[in-house]
Amino acid sequence: MGLLSKKDTKLITDPLADNNPITIQVLGICSALAITAQLKASIVMAVSVIFVLGLGNVVISLIRNIMPSKIRIIVQLTVVAALVILVDLVLKAFAYELSKELSVFVGLIITNCIIMGRFEAFALGNGPWRSFLDGIGNALGYGVILIVVGFFRELLGSGTLLGYRVLGDPIEKTGLYAFGYENNGFMLLSPMALIVVGLIIWVQRSRNTSLIED
Amino acid sequence: MEQRTDKNSYTLFFAIGMVLVVGSMLAYAASSLKDKISENKRIETQQNILYALGVNENEGTSAIFISTDKVAEAFDKFVTKQLVLQGNEVREDDQAYLINIKSEKEKSKSRDYQRQLPLFVGEIDGKTLYVAPIRGKGLWDAIWGFVALDENMVVQGAYFDHKGETPGLGANIKERYFMDDFIGEHLLDASGNFKGIEVSKSNADPKNTDKMDNQVDAIAGATITGDGVTAMIKSDLNLYTPFFKDLN
Repeated sequence: MGLLSKKDTKLITDPLADNNPITIQVLGICSALAITAQLKASIVMAVSVIFVLGLGNVVISLIRNIMPSKIRIIVQLTVVAALVILVDLVLKAFAYELSKELSVFVGLIITNCIIMGRFEAFALGNGPWRSFLDGIGNALGYGVILIVVGFFRELLGSGTLLGYRVLGDPIEKTGLYAFGYENNGFMLLSPMALIVVGLIIWVQRSRNTSLIED
Repeated sequence: MEQRTDKNSYTLFFAIGMVLVVGSMLAYAASSLKDKISENKRIETQQNILYALGVNENEGTSAIFISTDKVAEAFDKFVTKQLVLQGNEVREDDQAYLINIKSEKEKSKSRDYQRQLPLFVGEIDGKTLYVAPIRGKGLWDAIWGFVALDENMVVQGAYFDHKGETPGLGANIKERYFMDDFIGEHLLDASGNFKGIEVSKSNADPKNTDKMDNQVDAIAGATITGDGVTAMIKSDLNLYTPFFKDLN
């Protein structure tokens, strides 16, 4: 890695596994529950958060020394909201189809606690480049979990992946359905997202026992 | 030592400055992109109408619109007449597809307003079809659609869309397996009175082979969105019944 120093690389790789915002810090659970019923929605949400968190962290880091600490939460909210609205407008003008997919999630991005959390915990104390890497890393860590949860929920809940019927046709009884397999509609409801996230946390902590707190 | 940025006057100055900068930036972006956005919406309406008529680029099980560069030409070719129904009057208007269904619906709540009802006449494979827009409420927000009918009010094509229904559940009303179920369904009952089409959880006909039952199979987990589809078909398409009665 010639481009990034060892310390900088850690900023990106750490949140992917041992300091994952969802499974370790348990942030951003609300949006993870809401939108992971489909793999496509999970991917779209992951990409949007990568963009907003990467850019937002840079902006906050740039203005961190001139920002009054009394109103810093309001300033952070304004930055996220402005970025999200800007993204939404640009998508509506230049990628209309995509913006229709995204429309539901715009509000959810603003309320995502990972974004505010990274602004507070990292961007306020670090330079723009490192903040950018931290933002990308954390958003990737969030996105990975989202995509894993979305994969299992769509596969077991609807029998499809990205809309393609990978297990056969449930009405015509082809593929797996010929053997009496049924989709589990419960997977599509929010409680199952929590259970899937719980299972991921369990797997992760049993593989790396140093993550377990007393 | 008190820092410069802790002073009240500085905080106030910063807040005002931030609002001005962010506000003007967003206002500039919104106004400079406005034309492009409304153009996209106009094209989408044309794509929706063409989709209901059966002019689309569907592949496998997914619903795909006709591409944006072909839409204007196809719209001129297949949509032969655009009508506006207002009271007992029927007039032609080649801008009828731009009529805002939402605001017409709002205005028609006042008694002395005659609602403008757009209806698009299409010619496809020698058949004459009539496409009517519908609009209603889903679980979270608005749902709407376009339904293509023949002269006996039998559905020949349907397109539904939504603003914010749940992905994987209510949002599936814009999936082909749901929309295609409507094709062939009758809006009138056996004696010729308007009955609508019910999105039913209990019709025991998941393959939708019975086209005369005024019912299609519902989506599991999307009861309220499905009820919204039933309601908007019932309320909005019934408004066109007099036109079809006159036609025959």
